[in-house]
Amino acid sequence: MSAELPANRAAADSALGKLAITVEAAEGAAPEREISAQVGENIMEVRNLTVKFGGLTALDDVSFDIRRGEILGLIGPNGAGKTTCFNAMTGVYKPTSGKVFLEGVSIGGRLRHKITRLGLARTFQNIRLFGEMTAIENVVVGLDARHKTSVVGALLRLPRHVREEKSSIGRAMALLEFVGIAEDAAVLSRNLSYGHQRRLEIARALATDPKVLCLDEPAAGFNPAEKEGLMDLIRAIRDDGYTILLIEHDMKLVMGVTDRIVVLEFGRKLADGLPIEIRNDPRVVAAYLGEPEDDAA
Amino acid sequence: MSTTDGPTLMPDSESAKDAVDRVTARTKKRHFTQPFRDKWNNLRRPQQWAFLLIVVVLAYALPILNPPVITSEPGNDWPITCFQMAIYALVAVGLNVVVGYAGLLDLGYVAFFAVGAYTAAMLTSPDSPFLHIPYLWTVPVAMAVTMFFGVILGIPTLRLRGDYLAIVTLGFGEIVRILATIIPAMKGQVGFQNVGRPPGVQADGSPLFSNSNGTPWYWLTLTVIIVVLLLAGNLERSRVGRAWVAIRQDEDAAEIMGVPVFKYKVWAFAIGAGVGGLSGALYAGQIGFINNQKFDVVTSILFLAAVVLGGAGNKVGAMIGGAVVAYIPLRFTAIAEYKYLIFGIALVLLMIFRAQGLLPARQKLLAYGRTTYERVSASTRPRPVAQGGRPPDGGPSDEAPKRVSE
Repeated sequence: MSAELPANRAAADSALGKLAITVEAAEGAAPEREISAQVGENIMEVRNLTVKFGGLTALDDVSFDIRRGEILGLIGPNGAGKTTCFNAMTGVYKPTSGKVFLEGVSIGGRLRHKITRLGLARTFQNIRLFGEMTAIENVVVGLDARHKTSVVGALLRLPRHVREEKSSIGRAMALLEFVGIAEDAAVLSRNLSYGHQRRLEIARALATDPKVLCLDEPAAGFNPAEKEGLMDLIRAIRDDGYTILLIEHDMKLVMGVTDRIVVLEFGRKLADGLPIEIRNDPRVVAAYLGEPEDDAA
Repeated sequence: MSTTDGPTLMPDSESAKDAVDRVTARTKKRHFTQPFRDKWNNLRRPQQWAFLLIVVVLAYALPILNPPVITSEPGNDWPITCFQMAIYALVAVGLNVVVGYAGLLDLGYVAFFAVGAYTAAMLTSPDSPFLHIPYLWTVPVAMAVTMFFGVILGIPTLRLRGDYLAIVTLGFGEIVRILATIIPAMKGQVGFQNVGRPPGVQADGSPLFSNSNGTPWYWLTLTVIIVVLLLAGNLERSRVGRAWVAIRQDEDAAEIMGVPVFKYKVWAFAIGAGVGGLSGALYAGQIGFINNQKFDVVTSILFLAAVVLGGAGNKVGAMIGGAVVAYIPLRFTAIAEYKYLIFGIALVLLMIFRAQGLLPARQKLLAYGRTTYERVSASTRPRPVAQGGRPPDGGPSDEAPKRVSE
């Protein structure tokens, strides 16, 4: 993975004027990455994932695949194990058994920051930005995951440090522009509006250059108009070549944006299929207390 | 108002009202240094450099100027007071890396100071049976040794968090002092006399860096402080500084964003220890005599108080805090006996009224931040720039996020 990330030059230039930043021109915000899986092939595989907390089985033998270039929805009623599944996949919890593969590489038991570098990024259900940093600094922390400057290099401002710092400003601005909050680049993230904080979390996760981006209830607390905007953003991210795993509660959003859906209930996988199949699956309807999905929002 | 503003507290509840008031007060209140900060940030680079140059020249001239009200005489020799202030300032800058940047509460920092002082003493004093090297060489050796000790202490303990880490570091501080007492080679209370000094003689043939002449020692330490501040600034505006601040704010989120948390904690410890050892070596050289009586826990707490007083996370603030903590008891000899009481009360008051310290932390974490923020604020709609602290309008705006499709 190269440290020099090409970025959206137009976005960077418009925001930064003539500031000399060495960025290679590229379409969209997605950098060119080396991903071995072809579009449509499995990029991530979850196999027999089980998580137990003492006597409680939070996740029971769950298996599913994520294909490159898709938006996979992970849904289920409250307490179904969505976030547990997520945490087990991203290394926050150690799975009791089962494995998670990213491009054929098992990521179970690895250190969390190494999992991020392998190409799995996530956002948090309860926003966890670095509040005392500005928006752009938050994004640059994400970009640092791909940087190689050593402590000595930073101490003495060696050329690599200078190069990475310059390129990261352009890339960070491009990402902020991409998620639509470029005008807030210099605002402390705790002073951002709630909606902008959610978008900043997405920008920060994108900055780590993930192969799979996991969004944990990104629309929580949004009104319908904001949800629309978020759906557009998620689609735009997918169109830029990212693969997305979306945990969401809101059926309307999930049905509107995802390509495939996995349904969890009581820690087990209930169903797996296209949104239209899931919508008409009587078991899923029953899991949501028999309500039609459209009203469950 | 929209749903994006988060929960609104029940307006008729008394406690809720209080909470709202407190939140608004917190977000609206401007720190008293804010006007100065804004002014400073509005200056152009050459103006800032010119101003800094004047400050530096004044700082170097301090022991010679001996300003009448500020002076610590006749109770204490003024140049030596200046040197003491500089040593505390250097210690505070080093401790600020650990406590201020990375947020690791270290209650045993005096141990690193002691290791540095003992390294310098044992390699130069005629009382020591070890190999003797010129004093100036002991300074990098002392730094290397203390960094090594920082790593040794850090690797097993930095997996602990918060209070647990504080307790372990407190223990480490005591261990070093007790080892100095019980290991025969470290001579306990007898200590080491005639610690080495840098070369150089005055016109009359007496050594330039004598124990009674504080001025050259002060200049040496001040030069070291300036170098350390510049290097600390470089670290702050790099991925290292960003990693530390991210760890301080949310360790788990930092780790998940790809920050190797443990590695950067150990680095913070090692760098902090190195600066502590450096100041210890300088201190040992000036005092010329080292024994186990000077490195007790209370000194550790005093170092920490200096950082907190000055503003944890702000290297200039910490430096000023260190100088103040050293200065007060030397200037007001009548109250020197009560210095812990006074600093204790000062800290309590500070925590109540100004928890961020004299100069609040606002790290600049981008190497080209100034240019970036200028461009950003010029190219987008006018909005208070956070570079100079929090925007005056404070709280979150309630507009809906911009649609991406636009």
